[in-house]
Amino acid sequence: MGANLFANYGEAVAVILFGIGFSNLLLQKNLIKKIIGLNIMDTAVYLFLAEKGYIEGRMAPIVVDGIQSVDAYINPIPSGLVLTGIVVSVSVTALMLSLTIRLYRRYHTLDLDEISTQLKKEGR
Amino acid sequence: MAFVQNFPFFSIVLSMFAGTVSSVLPQKPAKYLNTAVICIVGTMSAVLLGFTLQTGESFTYMMGHFPAPWGNEIRAGVLEAAMALFFCIIMLLSLLGGRKKLLGEVEITKHNLYYILINLLLSSLLALIYTNDLFTAYVFVEINTISACGLIMIRENGRTIEAAVRYMIMSLLGSGLLLIGICMLYDLTGHLLMSNIREAVAQIVAEGTYSMPLLVTIALISVGLAIKSALFPFHSWLPDAYGYSTVSSAAILSSLVSKGYVFLLIKIFYRVIGFSIIRESKIIDVLFLFGLAGIIFGSLSAIKENDIRRMIAFSSVAQIGYIYMGIGLGTDVGMIASVFHIIAHAATKSLLFVAAIGLTDVSGGSRKFIDLTGAAYRNKVAGVAFTVGSLSMVGVPVFAGFISKFLFANAAVYNSGKMLPALVVLSISTILNAIYFMKTVIRIYTPAKTDYPCITWKQEKLYAVTMVLFMILNIILGMGSQPIVDLIQQGLSTFA
Amino acid sequence: MTRIRPDEEVKKGFAARFHNWLYGAEDPVCGHVEMMPQKEFIEEENSILERQKEKEELRKHIYDTEHNREIRVFRVFYKVMSVIFCISLIGVLLVTVSNLPSVGTAERPVNNEVSARYIEKGIQETGAVNIVTGMILDYRAFDTFGESNVLFIATCTVLILLRLDGDSKQKEDAEANDRIYEPKNDIILQKIARILVPLIIIFGIYIILNGHLSPGGGFSGGAIIGAGLILYLNAFGFAKTERFFTEKTYKWICFCSLSFYCIAKSYSFFTGANHLESGIPLGTPGAILSSGLILPLNICVGLVVACTMYAFYALFRKGGF
Repeated sequence: MGANLFANYGEAVAVILFGIGFSNLLLQKNLIKKIIGLNIMDTAVYLFLAEKGYIEGRMAPIVVDGIQSVDAYINPIPSGLVLTGIVVSVSVTALMLSLTIRLYRRYHTLDLDEISTQLKKEGR
Repeated sequence: MAFVQNFPFFSIVLSMFAGTVSSVLPQKPAKYLNTAVICIVGTMSAVLLGFTLQTGESFTYMMGHFPAPWGNEIRAGVLEAAMALFFCIIMLLSLLGGRKKLLGEVEITKHNLYYILINLLLSSLLALIYTNDLFTAYVFVEINTISACGLIMIRENGRTIEAAVRYMIMSLLGSGLLLIGICMLYDLTGHLLMSNIREAVAQIVAEGTYSMPLLVTIALISVGLAIKSALFPFHSWLPDAYGYSTVSSAAILSSLVSKGYVFLLIKIFYRVIGFSIIRESKIIDVLFLFGLAGIIFGSLSAIKENDIRRMIAFSSVAQIGYIYMGIGLGTDVGMIASVFHIIAHAATKSLLFVAAIGLTDVSGGSRKFIDLTGAAYRNKVAGVAFTVGSLSMVGVPVFAGFISKFLFANAAVYNSGKMLPALVVLSISTILNAIYFMKTVIRIYTPAKTDYPCITWKQEKLYAVTMVLFMILNIILGMGSQPIVDLIQQGLSTFA
Repeated sequence: MTRIRPDEEVKKGFAARFHNWLYGAEDPVCGHVEMMPQKEFIEEENSILERQKEKEELRKHIYDTEHNREIRVFRVFYKVMSVIFCISLIGVLLVTVSNLPSVGTAERPVNNEVSARYIEKGIQETGAVNIVTGMILDYRAFDTFGESNVLFIATCTVLILLRLDGDSKQKEDAEANDRIYEPKNDIILQKIARILVPLIIIFGIYIILNGHLSPGGGFSGGAIIGAGLILYLNAFGFAKTERFFTEKTYKWICFCSLSFYCIAKSYSFFTGANHLESGIPLGTPGAILSSGLILPLNICVGLVVACTMYAFYALFRKGGF
């Protein structure tokens, strides 16, 4: 264990949330809970990324009073990357939810294993 | 700066713009626009290939008014131009071959949406080939995933939608791992442009700080991309997705989509981390083992199958195992073999899928082997094409598969530690491939008395022409492979 | 003495199975079963139900996954391996995080010359007071270009799955179904919406237009306007919303915005790569009409995001606009 575990407590929490979301996506049987797991995983990655830009004692990267020195603002790059990531996450969630709606309308169940069994019964 | 150097940028932007325009066009203009865009992009890539061969080095292209670490950039060289040209050819032939089935299987009002997906898939493949920036690669990987999901489920029955859900779940797991790997790499090096990251990584390895996070980051990125390209334990979505979707989707998915991710992985190994560092870490050995397991497992599962399209899909699992085995050998010769196999497999697998649909059409739409008896006599073009594809897969000389197996065996000899397992698995898999492919070829050439209608080449001219072009491509790759291998070698030497 | 093996044993042996694999299994019934002359078969309601019930019982017995030992063992194995994998993943990542550079300090590899230039020369080179907007729409504009295409392609796939076309019976059913759930002149919702919706839309427009001067931008402003449209739809129903927002509106707004974005950004990339001067003035920082292309691009992105949010809602609810 390195020295920075408690200094990086935000990143540690983000990583634990990532693991929880990942296991939800893998293990849950209900499709809606899988999508929630996916969202937890993505949000955890954005927390992880946003933590990287923070520098103690400095302001948000919007220029006020014409001060443009490097020591006055936090790092703006991770915030920009998180903006892109959030849009990607929303798009993918919308796609997964519409797939779930189509499957539910046809098979009246949200359980992926049961849908496979019903497909086997229909005859592949 | 020569005008030709604008061509990578034009290709990407043209295909994206065509996707946007297709959203307001009805079906027929969208189809013609799509074909025109693929032809134009192919021509531009061919001209670019000529230019880069002439200058012999790769050039970078600023996307915007700001140079490298502050703005985006793309980079084009011999290898990138060759891959772009090749992907365009395969995409065009797959679309032409599956056009008639598309009319039958998809509602007319949704055709323009299908062509939007194809255009955006082409643009994301081109961007993955040309990009020099890691976060841009992630965004285009997401476009690739979503459009591949759309391609699977465009034919709307229960099986394809369930296959699409399974595909999305596995693919999103891979994306999540890839994204957290990229974030950690950014944290350790502070750059997002690939060349800058490599200098920083070299410095980290030299100083010895952060060695454990670097190893974990490389592992996360490799596992993420391996999940997305269906390496052995993560391949469960593949048979359903390839087996039940419409035929041009299956051909494009099997030959282009997974290969885009493998190409990105090769690019990350060469340009972001540096091949020597990768060779020292144990990631290469893990990829090698999974590749070997994938080859054996894919071939065994294909033997058990009773449905022709699922059999071809399982054979894809084995072929992706070959590519990872080549990467896992850890030598330059192994990389050349892997890249050649990407090209050869793309050409052969799409040929097999389009030929298989021709055979099932003359068997009353059934895909089981017992109904396919004698199908080659009812549809002669499809029969010959399927035979050519099977012989190439098994590795008969004259065809493309022989050259890639030969290159793999050659590469295995250069690496003394991994030589024995690689050669043993290569020979076993050739025998296994022969078992299930030859069984199918014998089956379709066994005469049978049935009432199914015959299709001659005069009735389906487009299909026949596409098949002939596919076969010619395969034979060119098989017989005239030396210039292509030299091209790949030259490209890889300037790739880093 | 010859020893003749019984038929059943031969059929189970290896030679027979290999023959079946090579030549394809034959249906044992086809061509071998006698047909007795049948009476005319009249479908009765009871017999149909009975036959369905029998079939269901038979299938439940054949495809019984609950009592199949192999499937149960595999499921337990899969769960145990997944849990072990996830716990080890969390453990490995925690150890890695403890070895990463500390958060909150200024001396990290991340705070290098790249971010220094964005902060120090941001206003002069992009004209935007908000450094993050300047970064995503000017320095690293290619990523944002890709991201708008992610949104566009997700909308296309949702359209493929959920849009009901033409005069099909499905579309009429969906509309009838939706009318049951539409609020019929709900007084509270309508009175509040009359006050809130204009405020929401004005606020959204303010955020879009001030994207380069304060926190905000196209994506957040677009989401707010989309929320305002959804509130309007919920309060007043599809009939009133269709007066100004139909499918044609949606298609043409998206097409025009995305094409303008594409053309403007290609012009910017082309002039930048060929080292030509782009003729777009940067204006004075701090004014609304400044920072070159950033303001029009924010407006385009805002329109696309607003229409996309509304489209998702309408498609999920009714399968159309």
